Amino acid sequence: MTLAPERPTTPQGRPAGGSLVEQFEFGLDAPICLTWELTYACNLECAHCLSSSGRRDPRELSTEQCKAVIDELQRMQIFYVNIGGGEPTIRPDFWELVEYAVDHQVGVKFSTNGFRITPERAAFLASTDYVDVQISLDGATADVNDRVRGAGSYDTALKALANLRDAGFSDAKISVVCTRENIGQLDDFKAIADEYGATLRLTRLRPSGRGADVWDELHPLPEQQRELYDWLMAHGEDVLTGDSFFHLAAYGESLPGLNLCGAGRVVCLIDPIGDVYACPFAIHDQFLAGNLLGEGGFKEVWQSSPLFTELRSPQTGGACTKCQHFDACRGGCMAAKFFTGLPLDGPDPECVQGYGETALAGDRLVPQASKDHSRSQASRNAPVLLNLGATRRRPVSACNEDPLAGGDLS
Amino acid sequence: MSDRMLEEPWTLSPSVALRPEPFGALAYHFGNRKLTFLKRPELVEVVRLLEHHPRLRNALDAAGIPPEQHDAYAAALRALAETDMIRPRHQEAA
Repeated sequence: MTLAPERPTTPQGRPAGGSLVEQFEFGLDAPICLTWELTYACNLECAHCLSSSGRRDPRELSTEQCKAVIDELQRMQIFYVNIGGGEPTIRPDFWELVEYAVDHQVGVKFSTNGFRITPERAAFLASTDYVDVQISLDGATADVNDRVRGAGSYDTALKALANLRDAGFSDAKISVVCTRENIGQLDDFKAIADEYGATLRLTRLRPSGRGADVWDELHPLPEQQRELYDWLMAHGEDVLTGDSFFHLAAYGESLPGLNLCGAGRVVCLIDPIGDVYACPFAIHDQFLAGNLLGEGGFKEVWQSSPLFTELRSPQTGGACTKCQHFDACRGGCMAAKFFTGLPLDGPDPECVQGYGETALAGDRLVPQASKDHSRSQASRNAPVLLNLGATRRRPVSACNEDPLAGGDLS
Repeated sequence: MSDRMLEEPWTLSPSVALRPEPFGALAYHFGNRKLTFLKRPELVEVVRLLEHHPRLRNALDAAGIPPEQHDAYAAALRALAETDMIRPRHQEAA
């Protein structure tokens, strides 16, 4: 079975010249946007966590292994990485690794929920170049944020932003996953960013990780997608998006940035144990290209893995290629399709032309999570939504010896 | 009239690194964190040669760019100058 949409049987050559999108479809010698999740450990348990984080993986890369990865990124001229988790600052060697990276021409942007951004850390961050900080905030008010991210997480995030501002750190990023519950707050998020001298970053909710459990309830409604698109068109230059809303390009005008699925082409993810996935939203065996602890290191996985090679050829078949908007949205997000059980050569589940709703209404099999580092029991501060999702998420274990396992007696 | 820039000395900014790519190169500025794609190998060659020539025009000649394309290249290079990917060489001492 092939993973990717229909592609030419003999690889087409890379065109000379042409648009960047055409060039990017064939991949680059090294990624532009590399995300590196340093740990699956997290003090929070957000309901929509794309990496199903919670518990540390015992196979987590050691400090020395992480430094060897940074050395290789430097050799490949990967100029910056987005570090995340889990909560990356939980690692005792986190600050050491950040300093090691910037000393080796690998700039760092790291994502955090802010709980370790003390006044002292903020002062350190303000004193360094090449380190950028991104604080996650999924509601402009505590009630909206904490319902998804857990009790107290709103106050933690704003405290971190205040510490950064007061230390003279300029231009922190506030990263917002856009949901049904917060799209009406876009102006309020912008006001918070302005208040803290920060830049707003909006990204798309994917049905990845625990996000699969809450996606039905949280993904923006069709009219909200339009609202978001209009807002982005009006504020596009002042707001970052990680180029994650290219599926909205089918409304007409393209949004600023790269309107293309970059998975395995210009984007990839290194997870805490060194596994390399096609994109941060695709932590699943199907999108696992290899592990960088192998002999050829990260470079070999990036340049030669069969999965990435397959992803680097233009899509030629499938329902979407016949759509007049295909050049605009390029069929949307691979991870969003995969984790909602839709074919990869068909429409995105949130296709703005309405083809996604039709596809979702048809027969589909939502894939089971293949990686999960969630805590076995939710903590006291767990978000309300996590517990709602939990009732239907846990698959019945094949090892469960209870004779009633999985039985529906109602 | 041809672009005045052609007669000036230019150089790649010291904060910029070039990464070769199949289509040309990727330029990254460690100071302002701008990422720019140089979509033609010829342009990459010109940018690399800038610092070795007294005037931009000489760098274009050395890269084999025909004179009728010099103005077009000057326009592309001016865009690179706007984000400090390249800069006038007299600023080096500043």
